[in-house]
Amino acid sequence: MKYLDEYRNGDAAKRLADAIAREASRHHVVMEICGGQTHSIVRYGLDEMLPETVELVHGPGCPVCVTPLEAIDRAHAIARRDDVVFCSFGDMLRVPGSETDLLRLKSEGADVRIVYSPLDALRVAQENPAREVVFFAIGFETTAPPNAMAVSLAARRGIRNFSVLVSHVLVPPAIDAILSAPDNRVRGFLGPGHVCTVTGLSEYEPLASGHRTPIVVSGFEPVDLLEGVLRVVRQLERGQGTVENQYGRSVRPAGNEAAQALVTDVFEVRDQKWRGIGAIPRSGLGLREKYTAQDAERKFDVGALRTNEPAECISGEILRGVKKPWDCAAFGKRCTPERPLGATMVSSEGACAAYFAYGRTEKRRRLPLAEAPA
Amino acid sequence: MTARPPIESAAFGACPVPASRYDVVVLGHGSGGRLSRDLFESVFSPLLGADRALALEDQATLPFPAEGRLAVTTDAFVVHPLEFPGGDVGSLAVHGTVNDLAVGGARPLYLTASFILEEGLPLSTLARIVASMKRAADAVPVRVVAGDTKVVDRGKGDGLFVTTTGVGFVPANVALSATLARPGDAVVVSGTLGDHGIAILAARKGIELDTRLESDSQPLFALCQEVLRASRNVRCLRDPTRGGLSSALNEIAAASSVGVRLFEEKLPLRAEVRGACELLGFDPLYVANEGKVVAVVPREDAEAVVLAMRRTPAGTDAAVVGEIVEGHPGVVTLRSVVGGERVVALLAGEQLPRIC
Amino acid sequence: MCLAVPGRLVEVSMDGDVRMGKVSFGGVSRGVCLECVPAAVPGDYVLVHVGFALSVIDEAEANRVFAMLAELDPGALEEATS
Repeated sequence: MKYLDEYRNGDAAKRLADAIAREASRHHVVMEICGGQTHSIVRYGLDEMLPETVELVHGPGCPVCVTPLEAIDRAHAIARRDDVVFCSFGDMLRVPGSETDLLRLKSEGADVRIVYSPLDALRVAQENPAREVVFFAIGFETTAPPNAMAVSLAARRGIRNFSVLVSHVLVPPAIDAILSAPDNRVRGFLGPGHVCTVTGLSEYEPLASGHRTPIVVSGFEPVDLLEGVLRVVRQLERGQGTVENQYGRSVRPAGNEAAQALVTDVFEVRDQKWRGIGAIPRSGLGLREKYTAQDAERKFDVGALRTNEPAECISGEILRGVKKPWDCAAFGKRCTPERPLGATMVSSEGACAAYFAYGRTEKRRRLPLAEAPA
Repeated sequence: MTARPPIESAAFGACPVPASRYDVVVLGHGSGGRLSRDLFESVFSPLLGADRALALEDQATLPFPAEGRLAVTTDAFVVHPLEFPGGDVGSLAVHGTVNDLAVGGARPLYLTASFILEEGLPLSTLARIVASMKRAADAVPVRVVAGDTKVVDRGKGDGLFVTTTGVGFVPANVALSATLARPGDAVVVSGTLGDHGIAILAARKGIELDTRLESDSQPLFALCQEVLRASRNVRCLRDPTRGGLSSALNEIAAASSVGVRLFEEKLPLRAEVRGACELLGFDPLYVANEGKVVAVVPREDAEAVVLAMRRTPAGTDAAVVGEIVEGHPGVVTLRSVVGGERVVALLAGEQLPRIC
Repeated sequence: MCLAVPGRLVEVSMDGDVRMGKVSFGGVSRGVCLECVPAAVPGDYVLVHVGFALSVIDEAEANRVFAMLAELDPGALEEATS
């Protein structure tokens, strides 16, 4: 597939890994922000191609993982209602709330439907005028324009039985929170390539210069990620801290202005709680007043929600790169993808789920590399 | 489903109305009376063909060869939609059952088919599916010798469920087993992976991908026989259905206490399956197949087995995709195109499309 | 986050006042909303996330990384293959 296969070239990847090994003269801790980047790193074994000097830690860029428990519980309460058709991206189906998950609710009779796009949910509303259709609008800045479009179209077309339950998070405040924490070990970032496709690079410049930390906005394929690491390492070796764009084939410095306009029309910035991390000021999006009619939180009164997070879960430390999944006593035992205790095990992008799926049960477990048969 | 036909005031179970009055399945079709008999005559009798006389008994008494062993399998088919590109629940049922026998080295002899019909299922749909089963059975060939029909209330059945039993004959000199894989053996697949799962998913509401991709549902008896002729020491054959190639290989790895190593660049994949998997975030190793065989054979026989598969219509894209190794017993790994290696774990539940 | 995949824009149409396109991903196609890429025309490659095109792939930039690779120490490649 064009613009994918070329960036999975083994020879190119090896040359980049070798260059990193040559140029990294001391220990560097680098964080990739995006869950999709984490997935790719673990899937292709990229961190095992890196020298011991370069340590990759995984960031909180998995919107499924960081959706606060209150939002999940609210989603479940709404999905339970007989008059509601609850539409969601597939990722959210297995996320456990305080008591249950959407998949289990579906098996108990709730009308829960997986959609690939927010516009599919809008179509469900048009096709079912007698039911209330609620769409679980989660994501980072990448998913905000599509979710905004669904809201805007619903208002424009007078589709009154459609509303969204919003839980959107923003990356730059999270980076700031990570870098400001006293136990922070991260010295450089692979920035989120698809988020920046929408937002552009400007919000990352004050972070890089303010914290003297290189941020190389990178794509998701092996060549992208390894080039990103190489460029971060080069900056760290030279004591630099600036923003670079590795993913220029998709990211323009100004981002996508049409997409940004969509988001600004529908959403406004608000304080937001991150599962496993806690509250980060001005790190989320909420619907603007003019779209109150599309706000499921206002439309459905679900009463008081009592959330209950397992105490054993160390997701917060994992999401900030302070601990690894194998540092958790419950990892792989009491906490598995089938019965996740918390944020980083709930989605396939979460560090714990990725490590579990790809067999990383202990530190740098190396499987011997082999040549393909002739 | 079409609208309910006119309500009869006769007592339940005693419908005197002829079947031709209805164009959908009604509860009366399941009550064992004249409606049931009419349904059998008009829809199911052709499926049994020359064996329809057997259906008048409560059981089919049949000949069985004296030498060799009996192979028996049972399966249930609950696919949605009932009719999909490349097949339907009926042909799927025949192929699936025949293939379970074939990968044991068995010649398929007899099938039974039980039908659970949901009230409201159009009879034309049922007739099409049963005709498709007949064609599928004749193509193998395998005889459908017994069956049953029940009807459940509307809302209790997803249209049609089919359950089958397959009976086959394994010659004395054939002994395949998932416990026989040895380090050094080659892992061969008969063709492209993930076609069925993606063809079905593409049709689903909420996904709706436009594609010409069809299910690969097909009978594999002839292909399995070719493999067994090409190598005297085939360790085992499997048809990787639910859970994809991963499930079949994880079973073999566990049963034989060996490791399996796959090579990503060797996996045969159609462009459509790759595209759909990229878009939805799926791993093709976990996507269902319905017309593929994975074979574990001695390394020295691998080339001959691939050639033998490619000689059959079902095996045009056959390839060696991996090897059995001594290390990491019970674990399947994949060496990626980039060079790193990762574990291919058994799938926990269903793969769900992701945005992340 | 953000699974987004490049695909080729095959045709453009209007759904009311919304610009939509058919995008092909190696042989499967899907309807994609083009409102965020008003300049995209058939033949372009677009990056698609949850049914929305978010950018048009820049060919020159796409090739840049391979030019960079050529600049990496060629001596290392010799070492690796010797």
